[in-house]
Amino acid sequence: MIRAILRNLKTGVVTQRAPLPPPARFRGTPSVNPGVPFDSLPGPSVCPSGAITGGAGTDGYAIDIARCVFCGRCALASPANAIELGREVELSARRRDRLVVRVERGADGRTVIPAAPAALEPVANRIRRLLGRSLHLRHVDSGSCNACDWELTALLNPVYDIRRLGIDFVASPRHADGIVVTGPVTRNLETAVRRTLEAVPEPRLVIAIGACASSGGIVGRSYASAGGVDAILPVDVYVPGCPPRPDAIIFGILLAIGRLGERQPAGPR
Amino acid sequence: MDDSTMELESVLKMRLGSLVAFGRGPRPWDFTLRLRRAEDVVAAVAAFQETGLCLATLVATDEEATDEHDLKVRYIFEPGIGFPFPLPDLFVTLTASLDPRCPVLPSIAAQIPAANWHEREARDLFGIVFTGHPDPRPLVVHDGWPQGLYPFRKGFDAGQRPAVEPAEEFPHLVVEGEGVFEVPVGPIHAGIIEPGHFRFSTIGEKVLFLDPRLFYTHRGLEKRVEGLTALDGFIVAERMCGVCSLSHGLGFCEAAEQIAGIDIPGRARTIRTVALELERLYNHVGDLGNISAGASYHYGNSAGSRMKEALQQVNEQLAGNRFLRGLLTPGGVSFDLTAEVAQSIGRVIDATEEALRDLTERIENNPTVLDRLDTTGILSRADAVNLGVTGIAARASGLDRDARRDHPHGAYADDDGPRVKVMTVDEGDVHARLVLRAAEAGESMRLIRALLADVPTGLIRVDFPGALPPWRVGLSAIESPRGACLHWLRSDAAGRIDRYHLRAASYANWPAVAIAAETAIIPDFPLVNKSFELCYSCTDR
Repeated sequence: MIRAILRNLKTGVVTQRAPLPPPARFRGTPSVNPGVPFDSLPGPSVCPSGAITGGAGTDGYAIDIARCVFCGRCALASPANAIELGREVELSARRRDRLVVRVERGADGRTVIPAAPAALEPVANRIRRLLGRSLHLRHVDSGSCNACDWELTALLNPVYDIRRLGIDFVASPRHADGIVVTGPVTRNLETAVRRTLEAVPEPRLVIAIGACASSGGIVGRSYASAGGVDAILPVDVYVPGCPPRPDAIIFGILLAIGRLGERQPAGPR
Repeated sequence: MDDSTMELESVLKMRLGSLVAFGRGPRPWDFTLRLRRAEDVVAAVAAFQETGLCLATLVATDEEATDEHDLKVRYIFEPGIGFPFPLPDLFVTLTASLDPRCPVLPSIAAQIPAANWHEREARDLFGIVFTGHPDPRPLVVHDGWPQGLYPFRKGFDAGQRPAVEPAEEFPHLVVEGEGVFEVPVGPIHAGIIEPGHFRFSTIGEKVLFLDPRLFYTHRGLEKRVEGLTALDGFIVAERMCGVCSLSHGLGFCEAAEQIAGIDIPGRARTIRTVALELERLYNHVGDLGNISAGASYHYGNSAGSRMKEALQQVNEQLAGNRFLRGLLTPGGVSFDLTAEVAQSIGRVIDATEEALRDLTERIENNPTVLDRLDTTGILSRADAVNLGVTGIAARASGLDRDARRDHPHGAYADDDGPRVKVMTVDEGDVHARLVLRAAEAGESMRLIRALLADVPTGLIRVDFPGALPPWRVGLSAIESPRGACLHWLRSDAAGRIDRYHLRAASYANWPAVAIAAETAIIPDFPLVNKSFELCYSCTDR
């Protein structure tokens, strides 16, 4: 017993105060540099999850960060660093189109990056007034590969300890202020996902965690999958990543309740 | 070819006689036996069983568009318990050819319970009818899936989306009688876990029978990779499951490299194997925490999750991803093992070793925890053999099997590579699985240290072709944290993926959870479940 207490004292507090900076090999958002030859941008076939559209032969080019699985293939395939991988983690957005990196073909055949769509105003006061700073969420796995689930579990470990922020996961949708959804919505879970949300009292939030929930991700749309959660439910916040790091999920949840504002979308640096 | 393989060949020829045509493949030393008539499968399988071969997986394929114009069912066997010769790294494929207009063959599920789910899956996805199947309920497709529509047939348009109909009550198997209650649980659970439905029949707290229903997370990923290059298919294979990302990625790579005829550099094999053991380690320590949570031992849960977190942070240093995604690539690895990363791994392992020793000591000295673990959720050796259980679940019930030794992969296939010490215990209860998991975590740390001490110099990858040689099959078996996973991959005429099948360890072990639960009370089910620590996603795919 004494040994146990001494060991605990020696360990001290392990909870991190600020988000953990990602290590050197971390692969973040792909972003396109302005002024590089438009036709040198890697085409859609380079992306295994179908996040890239347009390119050579067209006037537009887009990388959908919500679909991105952060494999880094596009950066490897682009000469002269036309595409670079960022190191941002706090990518969540309340509008789906804020997660699409758009590129235009300039008059000189070089890339031009138009301004990103504006962020939505902070969350409605009604939600702030009703829910306050605290948030109780119900997790729904709508067909995930379990990586996002494990990162949600990690939020409860002593290192992230999301409860210190007033956020917790509850056992019943009836006790929840909203749901966090992981995975594309599979055919076999569509009914269960709908019914879980129906059981949450209004006003309620829907947070899509990870590439699959945000857009269908690598799974896409097929006989077995409806694609992203917004194919069947309205989504309040999209958290990209495959899976998103725990810090990224915390950011998304705080964004949903209006305790933090959106970061600038990834663009030219 | 070694003596035991030659001896096996002669025994099989004697027992099977003219039922089959003998051949080789998919690997040069494996056997492929083609049934002359599909209905002889029962006799052939009986001969296999007599010889000590056990079912590893079953792969159905639609080959209607090829010269053979058929559907095929491949029963893949491996030497198992009762095999009279020293266990060779061998797979024996028994192939049945079926008429696509009327694909019928006799079920072997009554003979080999491990075939039960495989046959139901092939029926749901390919429309192959296994006559005499003891449990012909649908498995993979749920809720009003149209009859006669088989998504894995080549003629099925993958974009087709039949409407989700209100579900009729699924015919669950339940116990009836005075005082017997049915307890439905799931698919949405109370914790942060994956979806599955469990229908308990109970009397008082005692579980009489458990009928699990899974495949809620069926995403059609095997269909998804068809027509992709191996390089793109790999990205999907890595995402079949989060916590088995590395194992499944490795199995896919080894199968693809077999097809391409590529030997990867020794340095890459060592780095892959370090990562394979890191994956096992973070899963094992995390699960020791989860078992603690199941026994309401919160200190243990906290300690386990902290160890797991430290390991996942080191994963991210190595691979740029906390689940080790992106480290592997067909042809080798994407990142080298620098001295800095190796030192980080070494430091985290030292800390984990100490914390793990502390946690297991505390569990072993805590009577209230032990009381929950001992004699709970017993899986008998006989049931483990019949169901083809694998991994820790098998070894905790006394089966001496480990794919790292039996089907060497990564650096374990090197002549001078490290050798795994395979450990077994006999009790088959939650405590046995916990003790073994802790011991295997220790063994993984020993292996990582041995690997890090002797990393070969040289390249970390070789070029991998965009197109594979056509119509070849690759077969690999990887010991994931949950047990052996089998990957069967075939290229098409254009060198893209024609068919990929993953039999995850969890797929083999789920039926064992249901059997083990019958020795427990309902409140102990989470404990039983966590002691097996199975994934839903790589089972459902």
